[in-house]
Amino acid sequence: MNIPFPDLRPVTPEIIMTLSATALLILELIFKNKGVLAFIGILAAAAVMYIMPASMGETFGGMFISDSYSIFFKFIFIINLILTILISLRYIQRQKAEYGEYYSLLLFATAGMMLMASAKDLIILYLGLELMALSTYILAGIKRHDVKSNEAAIKYFLLGGFSSALLLYGISLLYGMTTTTDIYKIAEHLKATGVTTTLLLSMILIAVAFLFKIAAAPFHMWAPDVYEGAPTSITAFMSVGPKAAGFAVIGRVFYTAFQNIQTDWTTILIGIAILTMAVGNILAIVQTNIKRMLAYSSIAHAGYILLGIIAGTTEGLNAMMTYLFIYAFMNIGAFAIVIILDRGEELSDYEGLAKNRPLVAALMLVFMFSLTGIPPTAGFIAKFNLFTAVIKAGYTWLVIIAVMFSAISAYYYLRVVMNMYMKEMKQEAAIHLSPSLSLAILITVLMVLIIGIMPSMVIG
Amino acid sequence: MLSKLFFGYFAVIMVALSLLVITRRNPVHSVLWMLVLFFHIAGLYLFLNAEFLAAVQVILYAGAILVLFLFVIMMLNIKVEITAERFIGEWPIGVALGLSILMLIYFTTSKLIQGPAGQFSIEAIKAETHTKALGKVLYTEYLFPFEIASLILLIAIVGAIVLAKKRG
Repeated sequence: MNIPFPDLRPVTPEIIMTLSATALLILELIFKNKGVLAFIGILAAAAVMYIMPASMGETFGGMFISDSYSIFFKFIFIINLILTILISLRYIQRQKAEYGEYYSLLLFATAGMMLMASAKDLIILYLGLELMALSTYILAGIKRHDVKSNEAAIKYFLLGGFSSALLLYGISLLYGMTTTTDIYKIAEHLKATGVTTTLLLSMILIAVAFLFKIAAAPFHMWAPDVYEGAPTSITAFMSVGPKAAGFAVIGRVFYTAFQNIQTDWTTILIGIAILTMAVGNILAIVQTNIKRMLAYSSIAHAGYILLGIIAGTTEGLNAMMTYLFIYAFMNIGAFAIVIILDRGEELSDYEGLAKNRPLVAALMLVFMFSLTGIPPTAGFIAKFNLFTAVIKAGYTWLVIIAVMFSAISAYYYLRVVMNMYMKEMKQEAAIHLSPSLSLAILITVLMVLIIGIMPSMVIG
Repeated sequence: MLSKLFFGYFAVIMVALSLLVITRRNPVHSVLWMLVLFFHIAGLYLFLNAEFLAAVQVILYAGAILVLFLFVIMMLNIKVEITAERFIGEWPIGVALGLSILMLIYFTTSKLIQGPAGQFSIEAIKAETHTKALGKVLYTEYLFPFEIASLILLIAIVGAIVLAKKRG
């Protein structure tokens, strides 16, 4: 039996990522200074980013595909990884969780996301998901002596395991109907057999699993507790990476495998999107902890982004991808400000910050404006671009609802701004500045402003 | 007919055993019921002509993993576990929801139209032997997923060490 050696070129980014992750595990023994490991992690990410455009193609018997769709998502994952490493460097020292494995797990999680975006086969999809999820469970609980961190890890793990089981059940039904796990072959087969109730059930089960990952209501219950308990740097990582990976999968699986039941899943997703926007925006109002508030805000953003999938057009998908790209910068930027403050987890900690730390307050203002969607920030461009695409697809009423909820969101985002600029200072806010954190904030704020002023950079 | 009876026995007993696992007060009893459950799963694999999987199920799950479970239970304070309340107050809602989902799944899967059979019919596997057929597929067609699975196992080990190791 002669087996041809598989073409490794399309998977080189993933290979480099996993090799560096495993290398970091060993290098941890050699370097006592964990900053070196962080630097190696960033180098690896940069190398992956550099060779990514050259990795187009299919390999492993069509199980893995590297196309422009997956490469765009991989860019988001790498940016997410680099920014997370930059904001983690001093922060995990302060949190007494500075283990070398921290960086290694970040790289493994990113490798899992990359596999998810590139999966052309449901098996790869599932394994990529588990690789990402297991790493993030551990990272959420890496503050071992912190009860809240433990709670976050356990909650995320149990509910994540449950959603994986639903996903596997959906996949097994799909396999029973088509006897293949290849997404494109499934699509072909389903076109021939037509719509059955079994197909609908399997679609719903697969949808539930990924709606859980993107924290869409009513599968969002884990998000506030996990986001609050996890170390803030990991919260930033989780609120962008796994979410983008979930959307990447929904985009590919639903648009190809479930093409012939598009009307059915659109109907379901419309309901979910409205509920997600409602739950996210309304519950964010009553939060007093900024990490919980940002968790609900990320639920709300998942609702907006779902509209791009609902649109059902290439334009909608592109707008969704642009939104995620911009969202990565503004959300990590906001978390970076939370990290820079010595005590920055409660909303009351921000009172009078503008008098005390005018620059920090101004930066937070930019990120809050961007998350609300106020011009001239990138958040406005993201929303504008997305909503135009959805209107063009014929869902004007849905956009009206989204804009209404977006107006509600101004209340809780601008409350942070009001706290900073219009309240009296209670006590001096201490900050922890480090070169890497400054660099991360500089990158995010520049991207938010530059994209906001020159949107042609990312649109078109 | 006989095969249906055989499958019916395993299916019903497995559900009953799973219920026993989660309802016992003493975790050691739970683990022992799980052992019986794993043997039944192995029986089901045999029923599917997958003798290698059945052997692995017995050796790995019933043999190794359950022993690990028992080790962990020995580290817990069982007396607290036994007196602790087993279920949260909302369990009747959970049962009702679970049963309705079961009905939904039953009615939809009973309408399942099976796809075309693949190349691995029972005769083909009997001719080649199950272990060989599985190994061939695993290391050729499914090499890539196999490698990712190894990474997942690595993460599990790393995670256990990160979360449990004593640090100075």
